[in-house]
Amino acid sequence: MKISIKKDEGFVEYETTLEGATLLEILSDIKHNKDNTLAFSSGCRSSVCGSCSMRVNELEVLACSYKVEDGDSIEPLKNVEVIRDLVVDMDKAYSFNQKAKAWLSKISSGINLDESDAKINELQSDCILCGSCYSACPVYSLNEEFLGPFALTRIWKYVSDKREDNTLQKVTDIQTNGVWDCTLCNNCTVVCPQNISSKSDIEMLRMKSVQNGFIDPSFDSFDGGFGFDGSPSF
Amino acid sequence: MNTKCDVLIIGAGGAGLTAALNAKMSGADVIVITKEYPTRSQTCMAQGGINAALGNAGEDSVEDHIANTLKSAHGEADPKAIEYMCSEAPKVIEWLDSIGVCFSRTSDAKVAQRALGGASASRACYAQDYTGLKILHTIYDRCLRADIEIQNEKYLLEILKDEEDVVYGAKVLDIRSGEVENYEANAVILASGGYSRIYDKNSTNSTASTGDGIATAMRAGAELIDMEFVQFHPTGLKNSSILISESARGEGGYVVNSKGERFTKELAPRDVLSRAIDAEIKKGESVFLDIRHLGEKLIDEGLPQERKLAKLYENVDPVHELMPIRPVAHYTMGGIKVDSESATSLKGLFACGECANHRVHGANRLGGNSLLEIVVFGKQAGVNAALYAKENSRTATIKSDETSIIDTIKEYENRDDFYAKREYLGNLFYKNVGIVRTKEELIETLDEVQAIKKNISMFGVSDTSKKYNTNLVEFIEFINSLDVCEVVVKSAIEREVSCGAHYIV
Repeated sequence: MKISIKKDEGFVEYETTLEGATLLEILSDIKHNKDNTLAFSSGCRSSVCGSCSMRVNELEVLACSYKVEDGDSIEPLKNVEVIRDLVVDMDKAYSFNQKAKAWLSKISSGINLDESDAKINELQSDCILCGSCYSACPVYSLNEEFLGPFALTRIWKYVSDKREDNTLQKVTDIQTNGVWDCTLCNNCTVVCPQNISSKSDIEMLRMKSVQNGFIDPSFDSFDGGFGFDGSPSF
Repeated sequence: MNTKCDVLIIGAGGAGLTAALNAKMSGADVIVITKEYPTRSQTCMAQGGINAALGNAGEDSVEDHIANTLKSAHGEADPKAIEYMCSEAPKVIEWLDSIGVCFSRTSDAKVAQRALGGASASRACYAQDYTGLKILHTIYDRCLRADIEIQNEKYLLEILKDEEDVVYGAKVLDIRSGEVENYEANAVILASGGYSRIYDKNSTNSTASTGDGIATAMRAGAELIDMEFVQFHPTGLKNSSILISESARGEGGYVVNSKGERFTKELAPRDVLSRAIDAEIKKGESVFLDIRHLGEKLIDEGLPQERKLAKLYENVDPVHELMPIRPVAHYTMGGIKVDSESATSLKGLFACGECANHRVHGANRLGGNSLLEIVVFGKQAGVNAALYAKENSRTATIKSDETSIIDTIKEYENRDDFYAKREYLGNLFYKNVGIVRTKEELIETLDEVQAIKKNISMFGVSDTSKKYNTNLVEFIEFINSLDVCEVVVKSAIEREVSCGAHYIV
């Protein structure tokens, strides 16, 4: 079986005899036995640390949970700077969590979540920050400052949490380079190893924004348009 | 980028980040460095839960939590430290809840709790089987809110001390650029994790758990304690060593042999169960974890990760099939000796988390106590280091030299392959310094470790790149592992009587 890996010097083809192995096992085998210079990141081997995200045949995967097939083409994530081979610099991507203020802003007093409350954002809190969604997002080719799918999912996690007492502030913080910049293309959903849909979280945040009096900026371009209640807006 | 601060924290898992938050809240200027990124730390792998005697699922008390922890420790713990940890536990859950950790809940609006081995009550608070992940990420979010400076992909090479033997910083490799940098601080906290990967592939741990902080602290003169106590988790997947959480047994899973017979108590402490499984395997049996009777609904709700991992790594669906298992290295109780204030034997150096030994686990850790420990003692280390830094503020800059271990490694011959030796050593340790030990095999292994150490210059690094050289980092990790290995075997030889996880025949 042959796979090709994008290294700094270009695609390099490697032969492997490991059958039914994960991509991470094969990368480790190559590193230890064939090419000590191959650079990639890995950690837990069990899909929870988010270190080994990369692209196979142009689709984002976790190397530890992808079973390799003959002819696979392995590349680093997109929208991030490549440091070496398959290793990328995630600093800028992760900085959007801070820019979006992805944390609990103000705790409500006297709220005790029950079983169904806990289900509301259970899925969003499964995020492992692997950056697959970030890599698959087409918005970055137009707007490098887009807060992006994982940061917005994190915002929805906190906004939908009944313990958050300041949802207005949280929603206000994501109006610029945030919810309205998304094209709703759904790439993020397709590649998420945790089955999270940032697209649908962003749609929820849009709804929450409208409820809080924010308007989709694309409506601004309509002259003499109508408000949501049908009344003329000037 | 800053390289000077009041408190330098090395490691960004649950312990390091909790320490950072508390040091900062105590008024210190903080820098956190990690060889990975914070959310990639070992903490994210903790699944089962975090113990606190809340009594949300039946009667429980702090006294019972203390008693269970003491019993599991086999007399090798500090009762005062355990009392402190267990008494703090309810406050820890309250804090985690207040910052937004998504714990599983009960229908009557309480944090849900379940039974783990060795506990007299359902004491482990959990977030499905992602407890560590959700706690770590929430604490990380909190650090972003507190604007804590976290520098990623910086690898510890050396603890720096002045002529009076006081710690004043650390020598660090910037993995990205390949440059060696000296960080200066009034206090340093090590929160760099355990050493389970000395067993190489026979471990549930991340490949990063190579005992770097422990080895580095030891070389700087810090005392280590109880290094022979290594916990083997009874239910690692047979081929990949991937952990199947204790919560699978907590929920009612069975441990069976190939005839389908249950041969041991599933919720016995981990050391007891690991030995029972090991004995069964040595009889020539295969051992499995059976959760089929729990039903698909419960498995998908309470153990979703387990199902996914079993399918991926063993090609079995635990809803319908048995999961092949064996005990593998999971947690290292031993570590850097600290006092009741998280201070090490070196002035200016503090430690918390798995790299430290607060003597709360003794000879065997209870499930659910490690997530608790990292928050309780992370906080303590952060507060105390900040206080120490304030009282021992340095004014004069110290001239640190620019040389490091990397210069030495460059001279190595690189004739032998250290990756092969690492694997060999891991397997040797699993066999000889594992679940059941004999004095003869321990001595034999010590000889072997010392021989490898003596010939270390035969190994080396093939990759000559300065930029992001993982070949180099992994070789230094191997050197650290070797230092740790030597202490583990020596301590095991010195302890002639079986105790908890150290079982000698």
